[in-house]
Amino acid sequence: MGTLNSTLSSLLSSINQEISAKEQQKIRDSIVSSIYSCAEEIARKAAHHQTDRKFELDQKIDNIVTSRVFGIPIMLALLGVILWLTITGANYPSQLLANSLFWLEGQFTNFFMMVGAPDWLHGVLVLGMYRGLAWVVSVMLPPMAIFFPLFTLLEDLGYLPRVAFNLDRYFKKACAHGKQALTMCMGFGCNAAGVISCRIIESPRERLIAVLTNVFVPCNGRFPILISLSMIFIGGLGATASSTAAAAVVVLLVLLGVVVTLLMSWLLSKTVLKGEPSFFTLELPPYRKPQVGRILIRSLLDRTIFVLMRAIVVAAPAGAITWILANTYIGDLSIIAHLAGWLDPFAVLLGLDGIILMAFILGLPANEIVLPIMIMSYLSAGAMLELDSLTALRTLLVDNGWTWLTALSTMLFSLLHFPCGTTLLTIYKETKSLKWTAFAALMPLGTAILVTFAIAQFAVLLGLV
Amino acid sequence: MTDTIVPLSQLPNGASGTVKYLTAQGQVRRHLLDLGLVAGSKIESIRRSPAGNPTAFNIRGAIIALRNEDADQVFVTLDKTMEEKNESHR
Amino acid sequence: MKATDKSCCTEAYEAFGLKLSQNQLVVALAGNPNTGKSTVFNALTGLKQHTGNWPGKTVLRAEGTFVHRNKKILLVDLPGTYSLLATSADEQVARDFLVLGRPHAVIVVADATCLERNLNLVLQVMEITAKVVVCVNLMDEAARRSIKVDIEVLSRELGVPCIPTVARDGKGLTELKDAVLDVATGVTATSPRQVSYEPHVEQAAARIESRIRPYLPGWVNHRWLALRLLEGDMSIIKAIIDHLGNGSEQLLLQEGSAVWAR
Ligand SMILES: Nc1nc2c(ncn2[C@@H]2O[C@H](COP(=O)(O)OP(=O)(O)OP(=O)(O)O)[C@@H](O)[C@H]2O)c(=O)[nH]1
Ligand SMILES: [Mg+2]
Repeated sequence: MGTLNSTLSSLLSSINQEISAKEQQKIRDSIVSSIYSCAEEIARKAAHHQTDRKFELDQKIDNIVTSRVFGIPIMLALLGVILWLTITGANYPSQLLANSLFWLEGQFTNFFMMVGAPDWLHGVLVLGMYRGLAWVVSVMLPPMAIFFPLFTLLEDLGYLPRVAFNLDRYFKKACAHGKQALTMCMGFGCNAAGVISCRIIESPRERLIAVLTNVFVPCNGRFPILISLSMIFIGGLGATASSTAAAAVVVLLVLLGVVVTLLMSWLLSKTVLKGEPSFFTLELPPYRKPQVGRILIRSLLDRTIFVLMRAIVVAAPAGAITWILANTYIGDLSIIAHLAGWLDPFAVLLGLDGIILMAFILGLPANEIVLPIMIMSYLSAGAMLELDSLTALRTLLVDNGWTWLTALSTMLFSLLHFPCGTTLLTIYKETKSLKWTAFAALMPLGTAILVTFAIAQFAVLLGLV
Repeated sequence: MTDTIVPLSQLPNGASGTVKYLTAQGQVRRHLLDLGLVAGSKIESIRRSPAGNPTAFNIRGAIIALRNEDADQVFVTLDKTMEEKNESHR
Repeated sequence: MKATDKSCCTEAYEAFGLKLSQNQLVVALAGNPNTGKSTVFNALTGLKQHTGNWPGKTVLRAEGTFVHRNKKILLVDLPGTYSLLATSADEQVARDFLVLGRPHAVIVVADATCLERNLNLVLQVMEITAKVVVCVNLMDEAARRSIKVDIEVLSRELGVPCIPTVARDGKGLTELKDAVLDVATGVTATSPRQVSYEPHVEQAAARIESRIRPYLPGWVNHRWLALRLLEGDMSIIKAIIDHLGNGSEQLLLQEGSAVWAR
């Protein structure tokens, strides 16, 4: 069999060499032409067109959403509206969920008291595991249950390719691929999904750029921290005006993410991933009426289950570990206090504090748990026990020395820092390279440190804080 | 009327043309062919993106955007009927 | 050594990472991007592949099974491509699966609103295999855009069954399943329309065909391979050699072992 193999391969390559490249190109042209004219002929017989109103309507819509004047403002406005709806809509259910989940915590506590369970068990299970879980669920679930159906609606409508069409110029300037905009849209859901979607980019260089920079789009797990912090520190609380301000802040942060993506793509194209932009085509499909009912049910159910599962898998153990770290004392300080104290000097330079930085590090498995870890660490030091609203969260953070700069730095760090564990694993699977995976973690981390450092030092220099 | 041949990116917005030849080589040529840009195909320029590049074309019933750099490797003649239409519009 | 049909086809699919149980039929879903392949896939298998109105939504190959008339069918959702001339990685994935994976039937999902562009791919698939069913999807959209598709004429011109569907609403899927099963099991004989090329291309292809035939007796479509060699497609040469190294030699090298040549 082996000899037959080699005879065959030598036959195939000798046939290949008999024909000159120029001849091959001519034959290929001729083959493609023949196929297309055959297709043309059959289509002419089998399909009959009349005036196409729908096509004309599509063109009218496109005239607006890709227009020179309105194209980009419409994009930003849509994002703003989605975020505004998310923030306003999530407020009440979040509150409700928090209230009921923390009521349940009380019941658990009572139960543990009743059966006379040891304190540490109550601590690990209820104050650690359950509370971490309750936080993740009540803070994350409502916004996601609103954001994703809305985003899916846009996707099903056919709007995303228009975004790529509007933005391609900038990606080209960064020597990157226009479809990177599509992969970024997928990153909104989850950076791991965004990284996989980079397969639509054919040129390996441009695909790698898209993979490495996908993290600059805030994902599922990071939106809640951006939203709640912007509501607390920028929006004030409660009123409609504040939701608008908070939405505006998050839009600005997303915009910053896009700018950083473009800058980094350009920088990579000029340094480690040198090259010219490759061939680019993008189909603009007709607009299609989305199946609203199905989208609602699907994205709600799928996301709900997904988020709950993830919360159980990641947040529960993380909550338990955080509680243990916060309640195990070495000397007269808990382990968390030791860690935070050790990180503090560096963190302060970035406008953060030791606990925030530690939460980001411990949050590597999943971005969802960064905020809960932060909260639990603060709680373990303070006396406050009930934490069932954003007002309470604000008090807690301010009591722990937060200023607007701390909030801004935390949001920026969240936007720019290393991707979560799942995403890194996906990057490894896609690139099959430890080197690029490490780079995918360190490059954004460096960016985050640089940006927060610059802003914090600038603010201190000007005496703004 | 003379059949002036222009690169695809110079096809005015809303005008249609007929593909004459491709100057692209290698992979890019293959891509363009596979999209249906063979000699004799009709093509219509539909719109430009906000920044003027890329441009969307109607190629055999699908709206496909090409960057000007790639479109410039396709040469077309302007269709007469469209030219006349444009004249009367002005 | 005489490999039975079953064992050799199981091996062939293992090269593509597919596990096949006995008597299972393999059906591939090919088509242009954004024509509704994943929607058809979901409707047939009951799975929840992501769909979305933009070309390139599916980047990973998906598999699922369904049972129709007591036959178990493994359905493979391939990435959408404009062509199978293997210019891009996606096209290579799709082509290699059709050529070397040899599914028992191929459903080509075509967009009824844009038939000409879609037929380009249908014709290319029909050069590789005769076991084709064309799913003319998005019929609702075609109606909305006042495009009339004459399914009968289309079936006659193509020489394979064409089934009109609205996959999103589940319309036409039973007919599609019937047609696929009949084609896969050989109940329906197809006579796919072959593209005729310019005489000098045809002649050159015939010459190459006669040279490769003795070396690939188990291969089903020598004309197709000859055309690829003629236009200098190195990727198919590489794919064949790689595949031979994968322990599925008998598929290509042994007479009569071709799965669908039964
Ligand atoms: N109106 C209508 N829409 C449909 C139909 N079938 C699918 N769609 C929609 O068309 C869009 C594309 O469907 P997909 O199933 O994702 O297409 P695909 O062929 O898998 O696309 P790629 O994976 O990108 O190649 C989705 O928005 C579907 O909801 C149909 O029969 N009628
Ligand atoms: Mg798909």
